[in-house]
Amino acid sequence: MSWVADNVDLIWALTLDHLRQSAIAIIAGFVLSVPLGWLAFRYTRLRGTVLTVVGLLYTIPSFALFAVLTLFGIPFLSELNLLVALTIYAVAIMTRSVTDGLASVDPGARSAAIAVGFGAWRRFWTVDLPLSGPVVLAGLRVTAMSTISLATVGALIGVQNLGYLFTNGSQRRIIAEVFAGVVAVVIIAVIVDVLLMLAGRALMPWTRRTSTPRPGRLRAVTA
Amino acid sequence: MNLLAEAFAWIFSPARLTGTLPLPTAIAQHLAFTFGSVAIAAVIAIPIGWLIGHTGRGREIAVFLSGAARALPALGLVVLLVMLFGVNLKTEAAVTVFVVLAIPSILAGAYAGIESIDRSVIDAGRAMGMTEWQILFRIEMPLGLSLLIGGLRSATLQVVATVTIAAYVGLGGLGFYIIQGINLRDFAEILGASIIVVVLALVLDGLYALLARFAVPRTDGPRTRARVASSPLTRVPQFSR
Repeated sequence: MSWVADNVDLIWALTLDHLRQSAIAIIAGFVLSVPLGWLAFRYTRLRGTVLTVVGLLYTIPSFALFAVLTLFGIPFLSELNLLVALTIYAVAIMTRSVTDGLASVDPGARSAAIAVGFGAWRRFWTVDLPLSGPVVLAGLRVTAMSTISLATVGALIGVQNLGYLFTNGSQRRIIAEVFAGVVAVVIIAVIVDVLLMLAGRALMPWTRRTSTPRPGRLRAVTA
Repeated sequence: MNLLAEAFAWIFSPARLTGTLPLPTAIAQHLAFTFGSVAIAAVIAIPIGWLIGHTGRGREIAVFLSGAARALPALGLVVLLVMLFGVNLKTEAAVTVFVVLAIPSILAGAYAGIESIDRSVIDAGRAMGMTEWQILFRIEMPLGLSLLIGGLRSATLQVVATVTIAAYVGLGGLGFYIIQGINLRDFAEILGASIIVVVLALVLDGLYALLARFAVPRTDGPRTRARVASSPLTRVPQFSR
């Protein structure tokens, strides 16, 4: 493990690059999927199409998606290519969560908001979106984790991030370097996940412990 | 559009049938790795998943495992295991990674399938005097099939994507051309191979959709369907690639 001790600066710098790239993709994916998920929820006729399209985007293997994106004028060996690909996957996961989240809002709460005179815009921001928070947060956490681990594939198209430790370690036959990369990715994924969970608790105090609605047995007992 | 034309020219060139790695061989390798790994993972994960679903015990561990698996970087694991196993055993090393990455989706599909069943159906079976095995084989397995197929589907797509990346360690498969294309700066080859990978993934996805439609017993109960549909854990695509 002396390799790690000698290269702390490198690992730290790559971690910062990695976090920056992941954060851009996660935030961009979130911002794009809220209106998309809302469209799919609001207009039932669009729902099938929107959810099918995002589902198909998710099935495209990352390494192949990089090449397909070049058809839209994005340079193959570039950070932009990685960011766009990661954003596409984030949208693919989040859109469905937003739709499911909006569908999970108690229609009574929505009717009450209409009854006291909330307009569509205000109702969305102050009633629908906060109440769909737990489901949306569950999707956001999945998105964050998978984005952080997927970003390492960027090393294959020459992007600097923790994935560099895999390609460089492989070429130089330094097991410690590759291992350090895997551990670093898992650690930052877990830290980001915990931070999102804490943010969820702070922003949605009414959810308390059950931040994720649980399917199956528990619900069945009450049914 | 020129790029696209060159990519298709690469795909349909007669040279694809000869050379170091003929295209049909690469596709066969890719499929063999995918289905071999998913089959091994299924043999391990399905019984455990059913056990968890049937008994309701160990669910927390399964949820934790599928969460943790999402954070594992596939490229790093492949490189790491190939180095640990040694280059002579790189196929075994890579297959181990594919299996590890495929297990959580299948496990989740198996137990979530059983969990999604309306409890009153299972209680009815028990009230009629069915044994635990009969409940498992006649009620839980068929009714949980659609989510299990969903789990197999995401595991398969995950492995297809990972096999592509694993070409980096010299495993063959369709990713071979992408890596070769990057080294040779041959963009037609990169794009051509990528198009085949995308088509392969979409075709497999479509086959699973068909399988789900025909293999799953018809249930009149909209309640079961509705409950499955509203569960975010089962709707979110479960893993990264």
